[in-house]
Amino acid sequence: MARIDQLTLALDNLNYTKTDRKAANMLETRNIEIYYGKIMVVRGLSLKVERGEIRAILGANGAGKSTTLKTIMGYIEDQPEKGSIWFEEKRIDGMKTEKIVPMGIAYVPEGREVFPELSVRENLMMGAYTRKDKDIDTDLARVFGYFSVLKDRLKQLAGTLSGGEQQMLAIARALMSRPKLMILDEPSLGLSPLLVSEIFEIIKSINREGTTILLVEQNARKALGIADHAFIMESGRIVLEGPPGKLIENEDVQEFYLGVKQETSVKGFQRYKRKKRWR
Amino acid sequence: MNFFFDLMIGGLAIGACYALIALAMVIIYKTSEVPNFAQGEMAMLATFVAYTIMANYGVGFWTGVIVTLIFAFCLGVVLELCFLRPAENPGVLGSIVITLGAEMILYGLAGWTWGANQNPFPVPFSEYSGITIGGVIITEINLWTMVVSLLVMLILFLFFRFTKLGTAMKAVQQNSFAAKAMGIPTRRILTFTWGLSSSTGAIAGMLIAPIATLDPNMMLDPMLKGFAGGVLGGLTSLPGAAAGAYLLGIIENLFGGYVSLEFKSVVAFAVIVLILCLKPSGLFVKHYERKV
Repeated sequence: MARIDQLTLALDNLNYTKTDRKAANMLETRNIEIYYGKIMVVRGLSLKVERGEIRAILGANGAGKSTTLKTIMGYIEDQPEKGSIWFEEKRIDGMKTEKIVPMGIAYVPEGREVFPELSVRENLMMGAYTRKDKDIDTDLARVFGYFSVLKDRLKQLAGTLSGGEQQMLAIARALMSRPKLMILDEPSLGLSPLLVSEIFEIIKSINREGTTILLVEQNARKALGIADHAFIMESGRIVLEGPPGKLIENEDVQEFYLGVKQETSVKGFQRYKRKKRWR
Repeated sequence: MNFFFDLMIGGLAIGACYALIALAMVIIYKTSEVPNFAQGEMAMLATFVAYTIMANYGVGFWTGVIVTLIFAFCLGVVLELCFLRPAENPGVLGSIVITLGAEMILYGLAGWTWGANQNPFPVPFSEYSGITIGGVIITEINLWTMVVSLLVMLILFLFFRFTKLGTAMKAVQQNSFAAKAMGIPTRRILTFTWGLSSSTGAIAGMLIAPIATLDPNMMLDPMLKGFAGGVLGGLTSLPGAAAGAYLLGIIENLFGGYVSLEFKSVVAFAVIVLILCLKPSGLFVKHYERKV
């Protein structure tokens, strides 16, 4: 088995280098392996994000989703240990965050991470830090189109905003750099269901206006609701991927991510823990 | 009553010097949580450079000041690059040891180059004459010190408030993880912080040198007082630290005038102990709780 895996991997690599260079891929990771010290967190992960799409990565805690995003953004030094990351046909692994961001990737970290003692306006200005042009007002107007709440709070310190407003500010701040690709790490974290719906609607409309989106989520139902394509990640690997329609049909996804279906045995009692098969 | 005002003026003038040092330390402390104990020696070294180019090479006062500020900026940058950057996550204690080490190196360097002689620092302002308001003399040098100090504070305020770089520095201070995500080069900002702080300290050095004398020990006392003043006002706030340093200068001078000249220096630290017991975050800090 292991040998066959290796063989297919090698073949995959060959195919990537030959054919896919000119594809519509915006972001691609090729067999990346990420270590924290000696612990392997991500084991040979390959994913593609195509231009204009919303793609979501789903998975339980500790699956390596956030680590993958941080590695893509160049946060983790000397990682990935193996494999490569490509953005618009340029290799970006090993580059510093400050070099990656100006290429057109914006990152909304998990847990908002606004600048608490800067005003909302200053936060937004920092989002445009890498921009050389002075045309900030157009972008402010665009951002207020999505998040009208922020307009009334321009002078307020970001730390005094509510959790939902801070999340909106974090997304708005990321938009200020006019990104081609926006990477969001759990935008629904700690928000009320109503706010989650609102945020997801906004993400959808941001995407409609031309920004490609890669999203990491725990809230599988919501994420599958807006994504064009989703990956399911488990202990450092992608175990399943495809369009949401297809994923929703999968028994394991239904049981473990959507929590709808519980397998019952022929005799009518439920086993204590069902084994995941990931077919 | 005139005596009181004399003491106040003296206190304000020395407080202004302390305030500049406090500001220099706070600028670094806020970005990297390192209390930079090399601050005084950095300023001392810069002042010696100013003295040397003015006395030995005949450079004019103002040109000398500008050259010194540039030198101080470079000194700060070099120190950050050579001492702090190579240390990976040194922690607060490690950083303190590093700055203490840098302090000793700079101290030794100054002693070795210029000797322990006390040199007069020439300034185009008189120490004895000045303007008189209602019988109270404000000497030129005191006036000059206060004006420069306020001016520097104003510049720093405007810089942090209205420039992109200043805002980016605050952003790095508050959340360097998110600052990175904005594409802000956090390491370079930190290096720049050291340069800016070093220049601010150098101004303090050049203001203190004419009042005291110029020798390798001259900044030891002011540096500790500046730090103490910063703690008094709150090390996390620029205006707070400056106000604390002013207050310290005044308290110290009043105590020296009315109670005991010998214990003048001690009172500063007594005040600090008191403040640390009563309000450890500092007198003028708006305490900010981070929302989860």
